[in-house]
Amino acid sequence: MNDITRQLLEIISDFDGEFKGAYNIREDGQCAARESSENIKIESKQDAPGLVIKIKPGTKGEKVFIPACVTKSGIDDLVYNDFYVGEGADVTIVAGCGVHNTGEEEARHNGIHRFFIEKDANVVYEEKHIGTGEASGPRKIDPVTDVELGENAKLTMDTVQLGGVDNTTRVTRGVLGDGARLIIKERLMTNGKEQAKTDFYVELKGENSGVDLMSRSVARDESYQEYHSVIKGMNVCTGHSECDAILVGNGKVSASPQLDAEHPDAALIHEAAIGKIAGEQLLKLRTLGLTEEEAEQKIISGFLK
Amino acid sequence: MLRLENISWKLEDGRGILNDVSLEIPDSKLVVITGPNGGGKTTLAKTVAGLITPESGKIFFDGEDLTGRDITQRAKKGISSAFQQPVRFKGLTVKDLLTLAAGRELKRLELCELLGKVGLCKNDYIDREVNASLSGGEIKRIEIATVLARNTKLSIFDEPEAGIDLWSFAGLVDVFKEVKKKYKGTLMIISHQERILQIADEIIVISGGKVEAAGTAEEIMPKLVSGSRTLRPCERSAAE
Repeated sequence: MNDITRQLLEIISDFDGEFKGAYNIREDGQCAARESSENIKIESKQDAPGLVIKIKPGTKGEKVFIPACVTKSGIDDLVYNDFYVGEGADVTIVAGCGVHNTGEEEARHNGIHRFFIEKDANVVYEEKHIGTGEASGPRKIDPVTDVELGENAKLTMDTVQLGGVDNTTRVTRGVLGDGARLIIKERLMTNGKEQAKTDFYVELKGENSGVDLMSRSVARDESYQEYHSVIKGMNVCTGHSECDAILVGNGKVSASPQLDAEHPDAALIHEAAIGKIAGEQLLKLRTLGLTEEEAEQKIISGFLK
Repeated sequence: MLRLENISWKLEDGRGILNDVSLEIPDSKLVVITGPNGGGKTTLAKTVAGLITPESGKIFFDGEDLTGRDITQRAKKGISSAFQQPVRFKGLTVKDLLTLAAGRELKRLELCELLGKVGLCKNDYIDREVNASLSGGEIKRIEIATVLARNTKLSIFDEPEAGIDLWSFAGLVDVFKEVKKKYKGTLMIISHQERILQIADEIIVISGGKVEAAGTAEEIMPKLVSGSRTLRPCERSAAE
């Protein structure tokens, strides 16, 4: 594992020299380190680059780390990771991706993650993305997350893009069974001329299934973001999506939430707010002794926390 | 001491809101500014905090001319403001806001003490976001706590009773009684409520953008009550 990977791991997965749990570290398209645990088996995928991660039914309180790092120019890393989470398991999966570009060519990571979560399982999925390096070559991260939730299963996805990613398309799809819950918290920051596109597509197939999508983003400078969500209510279900964006400088945001109620007892809500930081928020923090710049920074860091 | 000299400010349509206001707020006193709606009280508070720049006149604080100073500079000089309509922040928690107000990390015990002072139970609030989920009474108390956290020489509270129900208001009066007892700085409270006026050391009546009367509570209160300037919610409820 090289130094850049080590630095990226500290940012994206709180790496402090070791992982406490099963792990696989991917570096420039190769496996840099791997360890399974008794309940969590990590194996190479046979038909494509990537991993098969099997979590035994009933596994409680364990973590699995699967970070991926691209540390140089000219790498286009495509990986397929499949997670099979057994009935009643209660685990945390820490993914995350760092792309460091050292040259003029593009550096890209495209992670396609599929989750098959069985009955009564509870999964927390944490994903942080960051781009680093001063070189002119673009840094791209295009994650795809596909989730199938069984009866009364729950996935809480916490996904953050910390900055420095020139271009990203983030696709998340979910199909929910009876009583299943999907909670997604997304936070995005774009600077300079960066572009970010977010696409959520959720089918609430099961009776009493529910989804909660919360996206908060900050578009600075000349950056551009697109948010598109589709929630299909196909049964007695609840769906909520919330898209809040702060514009700084000439940042632009386009949000288009879509709610499809295909069942008379589907209850779907969308809220969206896009705009500059409210003037009164800046004034309040200035009355506490902060300068305008400090106030803006605090408001943004709190908003994206 | 805060001293305002000949402060004037008018709306874009030319209507004068503050007309040549001069007054003094002595140190370590609880001073209530009262008067009819639209009389200029909130504008006066905003002028002192630097949220509004007067067209003419001067503001002195501890002898220093603050007229040209901005909001941040005045805050650093020791002026704090609790807004009539507290601001909500998506993402900032009560702890974040109180930490910013104090200008340093606060220990859990200090946070508990601050929230306790405004009658809030610490465990329910420390990690809550200061967002739309808080009720009018809750956010008002948190707003007051941010000012107490700063512990500055002058604290301004603009209509602390606005937007809260009668039950929360009774508790709020107790909060100010408590603060008055323990707090060393000057409290400037803008209020219409008799129960707030009753705890004042001094009262200033602002009407039509001018100082109509100013003096000790003993001097001013009888005039206000006889002129029915204030609301007396408890007495009215009893009469009904």
